[in-house]
Amino acid sequence: MSVLHPVLSVRDLRVEFVTRRGILKAIDGISFDIAKGEVLGVVGESGAGKSVTGSAVIGLIDPPGRIAGGEIHLSGMRIDNLPPEEMRRVRGKRIGMIFQDPLTSLNPLYRVSEQLIETIRTHTNLSASAARKRAIDLLAEVGIPAPDKRIDSYPHEFSGGMRQRVVIALALCAEPELIIADEPTTALDVSVQAQIISLLKRLGREHGTAIMLVTHDMGVIAETADRVAVMYAGRIAEIGPVRDVVQNPLHPYAKGLMGAIPSLENDSSERLVQIPGSMPRLSAIPPGCPFNPRCPNVFDRCRVERPDPIQHSEHRVACHLYDQSPVRSEAVA
Amino acid sequence: MLAFIVRRALQAIGVLLAVGIIAFAMFRFAGDPVNQIVSIDTPAAEREQVRRSLGLDDPVPVQMARYLVRTAQGDFGVSYQFRQPVSDLLAERMPATLELALCATIFATVFGVLMGVYSGLKRDSVLAKVFQTISLIGISLPTFLIGILLIYLFAVTLGWLPSYGRGDTVQLGWWSTGLLTGSGLKALIMPSITLGLFQMTLIMRIVRAEMLEVLRTDYIKFARARGLTTRAIHFGHALKNTLVPVITIVGLQFGSVIAFAIITETVFQWPGMGLLFVQAVQNVDIPIMAAYLMLVALIFVAINLAVDILYTVVDPRLRTTIRQPT
Repeated sequence: MSVLHPVLSVRDLRVEFVTRRGILKAIDGISFDIAKGEVLGVVGESGAGKSVTGSAVIGLIDPPGRIAGGEIHLSGMRIDNLPPEEMRRVRGKRIGMIFQDPLTSLNPLYRVSEQLIETIRTHTNLSASAARKRAIDLLAEVGIPAPDKRIDSYPHEFSGGMRQRVVIALALCAEPELIIADEPTTALDVSVQAQIISLLKRLGREHGTAIMLVTHDMGVIAETADRVAVMYAGRIAEIGPVRDVVQNPLHPYAKGLMGAIPSLENDSSERLVQIPGSMPRLSAIPPGCPFNPRCPNVFDRCRVERPDPIQHSEHRVACHLYDQSPVRSEAVA
Repeated sequence: MLAFIVRRALQAIGVLLAVGIIAFAMFRFAGDPVNQIVSIDTPAAEREQVRRSLGLDDPVPVQMARYLVRTAQGDFGVSYQFRQPVSDLLAERMPATLELALCATIFATVFGVLMGVYSGLKRDSVLAKVFQTISLIGISLPTFLIGILLIYLFAVTLGWLPSYGRGDTVQLGWWSTGLLTGSGLKALIMPSITLGLFQMTLIMRIVRAEMLEVLRTDYIKFARARGLTTRAIHFGHALKNTLVPVITIVGLQFGSVIAFAIITETVFQWPGMGLLFVQAVQNVDIPIMAAYLMLVALIFVAINLAVDILYTVVDPRLRTTIRQPT
C-alpha cells in the first residue's frame, strides 16, 4: 500500500491565524513529500512558518489558528480533516513529535516510567508489565545507560541531553511512520547536539521512519537531511537534495542563507554575506514575491506576480529568475 | 527529610515561645488580675492572700517562666468567669470548632477545585462566567451577612435548616461529635457554607488561573502530541501540576478558618472556641484569651509544617532540594 505513497504528502497547505487586525497567513500554499526513511530538513528564519507546518501536520494548530486549505496525507490517508478523536489516535501512534526544549517537554511531577507506560498503553494493548518492558527497551535504544534503573527517575534527575533522549523515546513509543522534530537540538550543548542528531539518523535508518527536521541550524541540516526545504514568509522558496541546495542554491534567499554560513576553508578575511533587511511580518507581506524588497536580483515582475514553484534540475524553486516560459504581459503591466 | 522536619519543628517552638511571651504580656497590660477575681469590697488582706496564692507577688521573670512552663504542660490557668480550668473549657469546645472548620474546608476544596477546573477548561462557557460571578460575591460579601442571609432564607422563610446550635451530638470519649446524628449534620450545613465560601472562591480562582497557566506549558503540548486522551491530559497531567498552590491555600486557610470561625460561630451561636473567645473578650477573661492565642498559633505552626511536607509528596523536585540544604 505505502509503496506508491510517500509517508507524508502535503499539498497546497494554508494555515491562517484570525486576529483582531484581520487574517494572517502563516502558511501560504506549501507542498512537499517525505518518503519512507527520508529526512527532510526544513530551514528558515524565525517566523517563516517552519514550526507551524509541523503543528499543522500533527493536527495541533490551536485557535485562533486554523488550516484554511490544502491537504495532508499520511501514507495515502488524508488526515487534515479527521475528527478530533481519530486525529488523537494518529498522534503519537503514527506521527511522533519532538519539541525544542527537553527541560520543559516532560511533566516534572511524573516518573519517566509513568510517562512512557502511559503513552505506550494509550496506543497499544500491552499489559502494564509488557509496557514497562517495552519502555526499558526504548530507553536502551535511545542510548540511556542502565535503563532498568533509570526508568523510575523523575525528569529533573536527568541531564538536558538525556532528557531529550527520553523525549525521543516517548515519540517512538508506538513506532510511528513519521517523526516531526521541531528544533530538537537548539536547547542543547554543541557536543550533545551531535549525539542527538546521530541518534535521530540511526533511528530513521533502522526503522525506516520518515523524519521532518525543523531547524534554523544549517550545520544540522547539512549533517542529517536527505533533502532540504528553505522556507520564507510562509512559503517554500526552494526545495531539493541537501547537497545541491547547500552547494548550489538557486533562489536568491537560499543563496544568501548559505552565504551566511561561516566556513573554515574560505579565506578568513572574506566577510560573511548578510541578507539586508529582515523577513516581513505576517501582517505586511509585500505583493508579488515576498522576498522582493530584500532580493539583489529583483526585477519588475517580482513586485507584482507571485512566483510559483518551478522544477529546475533536481530543485524546485519559487523564483521568476528561473522561469523559462514567456512572460505574461498582464503581469508585467 | 528527618533533618528537615526537626529543623522546622525547632523553628515552630521558637514561634510558639514568642507567642507565649505576648500572651503573658496580655495579663500585665490588662491591669491587676486580682481586681477581676475579687469583688470591689474585698478587704486588702484578703486581696493580698489571693495575690500570693496566684503567685502574683513573685518577680515578673519568675511569673513569666512559670506561665510558659505551665502552658507547655497544657495548663492555661483558671477562667475568671467560669472558675474552671481553661484547658477543660477549650477541650469541651474544640470538637465543635474543628468539625465546623473541617466541613467548611472540605466544602471549599471540593467545590473550589471542581469549579476552578471547569472554568479553566471551558473558559468561555456560560457556566464558567456564572462561577466567576459567584466567586466575586463570595469574595466581596462579609461573612456575617452571608450567614444572616442564609438563616433568613433557609431557616426563617423555608424552615429547612436550624438557625442556631449544633443539633444533637454523640459523645465519643471526650470528643462530642455532631457528624453522627441527622440534626447534627443538618446544623452543620449553613455554618460550613458561610465559613467556607470565601475559601471556596479563593481556591476556585487559584485553580482556574493555574489551570490556564499549566495548559500553556510545553509538557501539555507534548502530551497532546503523544496522542494521550483529553481526560488523561486534563486530569492527570494538568490538574496535578495545579495542586502545589492549592495545598498552600487549603493548608494556610485551614488555620484561618479555625481562627476566624469566631464570626460564623457568633452568627449561628455555634458552641465552639470562637464563641468562647467572644464571651471572654466581653468579660475580660484573659486566661481564655491567652490560651486561645496560643492554640491558634499552635494550629498555624502545625499546618505550616504539614503543608511543607505535603509539597514534597506532590513535587519530587523539592525532595532533592530538601535533602541537600543550601
